[in-house]
Amino acid sequence: MIRALIPLGVFVALIILLVVGLQTSEERKLIQSPLIGKPIPEFSLPTMQDPEARITHNDLIGEPFMLNVWGSWCWACREEHPFIERLGREAPIELIGFNWKDRREDALAWIERYGNSWSRQVVDFEGQTAIDLGVYGAPETFLVDHRGIIRHKLVGPVNANSFDDLMRRAMQLRAETQ
Amino acid sequence: MHTPTFQRPMRCLAAALFALVLCSTALASAIETYPFSSELEETRFRSLIAELRCTVCQNQSLSDSDAPLAKDLRREVFGMLQDNRSDQEIRDFMVERYGEFVLYRPPLAGHTLLLWGGPVGLLVIGLATALIAIRKRRTAL
Repeated sequence: MIRALIPLGVFVALIILLVVGLQTSEERKLIQSPLIGKPIPEFSLPTMQDPEARITHNDLIGEPFMLNVWGSWCWACREEHPFIERLGREAPIELIGFNWKDRREDALAWIERYGNSWSRQVVDFEGQTAIDLGVYGAPETFLVDHRGIIRHKLVGPVNANSFDDLMRRAMQLRAETQ
Repeated sequence: MHTPTFQRPMRCLAAALFALVLCSTALASAIETYPFSSELEETRFRSLIAELRCTVCQNQSLSDSDAPLAKDLRREVFGMLQDNRSDQEIRDFMVERYGEFVLYRPPLAGHTLLLWGGPVGLLVIGLATALIAIRKRRTAL
């Protein structure tokens, strides 16, 4: 009798495995960045407002900041924009834009239309720095501490949940500088 | 000499397969062309981009993908080949940025033991179970 139940047990176990697998499939697509805990890569990129001016990693180290990767071609960036706006207003650390694989005129038109939430903005048209940062989609948001160490990376749009999480982490990074 | 009739459809099939192979290589070379300095370099490039995963469309390799990031990464791989970097250095470059997930052929290490050993383990369990079942039947007869 008990022996006859073995196939049923195996079957139920398989079903559980498949259901759990389906429910966590979205999570498994997210790639844990190996760069967390490592210093931000060296870069020198032109700014959005003035293509002649450049911002380097050295300009940013010293104060904690958030780096928000976006592009005018990315629809999820439009979706997260209300939260980015709030981060720019409410977060205790600087919010820097990282315009990725975009065209300047498209990006400027986008900012004109949806509003500028970033205090400064770098442009990476070639995508070289993005590769060094391990960026694989937009939007992505990095949290970097005052020593220039990458502390957190959010893949995908900021939403109500991740907004609270980012705010908490930003406050912690601010506290660490004191 | 008399040819058996079954050879004809076989020939057609072979021709069709050959055409398919030609088509697929034509498709594969639809990605950007780079000025390779040697045949060896081109072979290395092709095998590297075939075993590196495109992180945007995760079930494709860099060689399969049309995504802009895959294009950037192919350019990166080509640049590194030009700089005389070894295959392992190029793989490491990718892993440092995107993690081991980008390797379609993950290294054999402690944390990948289950991945590599799993199929062998399952085979052993299956064989053992079959052996026990066969023995039991034999003794029952």
